[in-house]
Amino acid sequence: MASRGIRDRVAIVGMSCTTFGERWDVGFDDLLVEATLDCLAAAHTNMNHVDAFWLGTAQSAMSGIALARPLQLHGKPVTRVENYCATGSEALRAAAYAVASGAYDVAMAIGAEKVKDGGYQGLNATLPPGDGTARTLTAAAMFSMAAPAYAAKYGVDKDVMRDVLASIAQKNHFNGARNPRAQFRKEISKEVIIGSPRIAGDLGVFDCAGVADGAAAAIVVRAEDAPSYTDKPLYIKALSLVAGSGSGLIDPNYDYTHFPECEAAARDAYRQSGITDPRSQLALAEVHDCFTPTELILMEDLGFAERGTAWSEVLKGTFSLNGDLPVNTDGGLKSFGHPVGASGLRMLFETWMQLRNEAPPDRQVPIDRGLALTHNLGGYPGEMLSFVSVIGTELG
Amino acid sequence: MRGILSAGGYVPYRRLDRSSVRDLFGVGGGRGTRSVSGYDEDTTTMGVEAARLAIRSGSGCTPWDSLWFATSQPPYLDKTNAATIHAALGLSTCVAAFDFGGATRSGIGALKAALQSSGTIAVVSADRRDGLPTSADEVEGGDGAAGIVVGSADDSTMLIAAYLGGSSATDEFVDRWRAPGDRRSRVWEERFGETRYLSLGGDVWQRGLDEVGLAPEQVDQVLVTGMHARAVRGLTKEIGATSDGSVRLLSEQVGQTGTAHPSLVLTAVLEEEAAGQAAGELSPGRVLALIHLSDGADVLFFRTTDKLADWSPARTIRDQVVTGANLDYGTFLSWREQVHVEPPRRPEPQRVSSSAAWRNQEWKFGFVGSRDRISSAIHLPPARISMEGGAVDDMDPAPMADCSGSIVTFTVDHMSYSPSPPIVFAVVDFDGGGRFPLELTDLDAGTMAIGDRVEMTFRRLSSADGIHNYFWKAAPVRVVTEVQP
Repeated sequence: MASRGIRDRVAIVGMSCTTFGERWDVGFDDLLVEATLDCLAAAHTNMNHVDAFWLGTAQSAMSGIALARPLQLHGKPVTRVENYCATGSEALRAAAYAVASGAYDVAMAIGAEKVKDGGYQGLNATLPPGDGTARTLTAAAMFSMAAPAYAAKYGVDKDVMRDVLASIAQKNHFNGARNPRAQFRKEISKEVIIGSPRIAGDLGVFDCAGVADGAAAAIVVRAEDAPSYTDKPLYIKALSLVAGSGSGLIDPNYDYTHFPECEAAARDAYRQSGITDPRSQLALAEVHDCFTPTELILMEDLGFAERGTAWSEVLKGTFSLNGDLPVNTDGGLKSFGHPVGASGLRMLFETWMQLRNEAPPDRQVPIDRGLALTHNLGGYPGEMLSFVSVIGTELG
Repeated sequence: MRGILSAGGYVPYRRLDRSSVRDLFGVGGGRGTRSVSGYDEDTTTMGVEAARLAIRSGSGCTPWDSLWFATSQPPYLDKTNAATIHAALGLSTCVAAFDFGGATRSGIGALKAALQSSGTIAVVSADRRDGLPTSADEVEGGDGAAGIVVGSADDSTMLIAAYLGGSSATDEFVDRWRAPGDRRSRVWEERFGETRYLSLGGDVWQRGLDEVGLAPEQVDQVLVTGMHARAVRGLTKEIGATSDGSVRLLSEQVGQTGTAHPSLVLTAVLEEEAAGQAAGELSPGRVLALIHLSDGADVLFFRTTDKLADWSPARTIRDQVVTGANLDYGTFLSWREQVHVEPPRRPEPQRVSSSAAWRNQEWKFGFVGSRDRISSAIHLPPARISMEGGAVDDMDPAPMADCSGSIVTFTVDHMSYSPSPPIVFAVVDFDGGGRFPLELTDLDAGTMAIGDRVEMTFRRLSSADGIHNYFWKAAPVRVVTEVQP
């Protein structure tokens, strides 16, 4: 028994990402068609050439037919997958493993969400029938409990903590302002962030990810086939997923200052990819900044900062565009927006742009290190699942 | 011999200052306060709280043969509300549960029937009194519940009060009435009802004394309750009944709790008598008479026993009255659905699955988790496989409803759906083990802190498709701070 991974066996040869935002003028099918056609064009291939499809959507549709119908796929295996907010990453895992197994030569992962047709702000999941005792809190409320717990554990003054969280939001808005696909393309000052209306606990509107419509897609092939599609393929170094048991909610030992599922997924991904010091080996990281405290804690869970130090690293600018390890160079969930099923693949899309040196010049980061990480989570503190991938420009 | 084994009264946390009505409308209102049930309370949840107090107060008052529930404001019709109380108390399936519904007289009626019956019967009565803004009912009514455990004893040693007997009178006349579905009652010209009630009250008082073979001066305390305030005052004066002590406290600060009121007054007086006995100021053997005026009149006579000195109320009505907190009139009007405020722009809850709720009733209604026999880890809700060590099907039930706990961390959610936003939510660690994230109630957002003490309370989370979603919340533990003279 071992999590062996598929290091260097599968390559990404084409990717696409729609603009994210309140796309009142397009429906779910339109998003799927747009992302698919762009992705096929990027890989210089066509629909018939793709052997199998995985559609990730959390709540916009059910079954593979939701993709087969708008694309008019005939006789193809098409599967819908869902894994909370890590749904897009789940589609990638399925496609990559399918190719690695030898079952298919070419597979596509597509993630999409149409959230803006619901008529309510925020994300609204429809739960299966139940006994009525399940929590009905917003994700914001669940994550808001992490900030005071972290501040108390590490003795961070309340105002300093507020400044740290605002710095994260400011950085992600700064990056998003340089991203034409992002939902929010405006720099926001810390004063505005701190003064924004409260959503839950001490979290204001600007501490929360944008909720957007959007789609993203990737085409994966056997590593040895990659050169026939592109001269700049990216190689999958690690794919890791850990689903928590949910016991954090009822375990008196859990203190809300770390996410064990994220730590475990990172450990597994680093082992698969041979990374020993992520801070110095990664060119960039795309992480699941659904709320500002989430990104703060992830810096420690992913090993980018020692326990209890991420807050000071944030203030030093370690994770800024020109910092030691740029994080969320595309603006993250915070300003790129969060179409649940698409976000995992959107993160991958940023590594595709950056590692191929194709990001807009004002946010292109140095890529000498040749490796990038995506981290995508679903759920809440105590009841979470976490995905981590490592992507590289070179084999070996 | 029949009599009372234990009793508990429940007064909800919130108070409406009666003068706030006049402040807004220029008319109506009055002096003092009335009790206001929370937006997440109904007569069933208040009944559960009263019954829980009765159980905690009276060691040996269980098991019960029957649970009877009386209210004029049942959350369900057709379906038995007593069954919900039965489930929340975790009673055995062989305990019968019956509703006595509709008229406010059903409270005293159930109590009298239990006293004349056999077996151990918990008589729970609860009410939630409404009136239109500026009406007398709006400010003079109150919300509350009482649970009185009635049983038999060969001698009076088990009883805190022995039932001596009583009498009833019934008369058909329209004094106070409410059509099904109406939120307010209507009343006839009050002099007519007063005339009838004074006559009926005097009649049952006399016949009752004859029945139990007592002279008026042998009765130590006469308590008069009823829905007709003027008739209650008149009869109180006419027969020299008491209008101070608990009677006055309830009238000035809680209001007339309808179906529950006779039992609530009786419970409050038993608590006074118990304290008096314990302090050596009152002796056992005192006779109490409870008169209720409602579509006739009833009188019940009791004699306190020496067991009363050992009976220790878990939380007295007086303590609950003095630890209440004010509710602004605007919120009161919205909770009573007299005004409709903008709801949160979130989807409303879905209806509860009947079969899922039935399957999980020990958890949902009883707040019973499971405890791993090996690791002692407490699982909320109960689980088959342990989170510590992975033992399979090796757990005992872990009843948590009577456990107190402390707040580990908390948040205020402005976005989630609630009938009265925002939701205050906390992670609670229970004394003796176990953790659960819970909604808090009976507090103002911004008043809690890490480490605060909380206890469990049975509430109605929401309703959808006419099905009420009952579950448990946590409320701050209220401590009565003695004021030194």
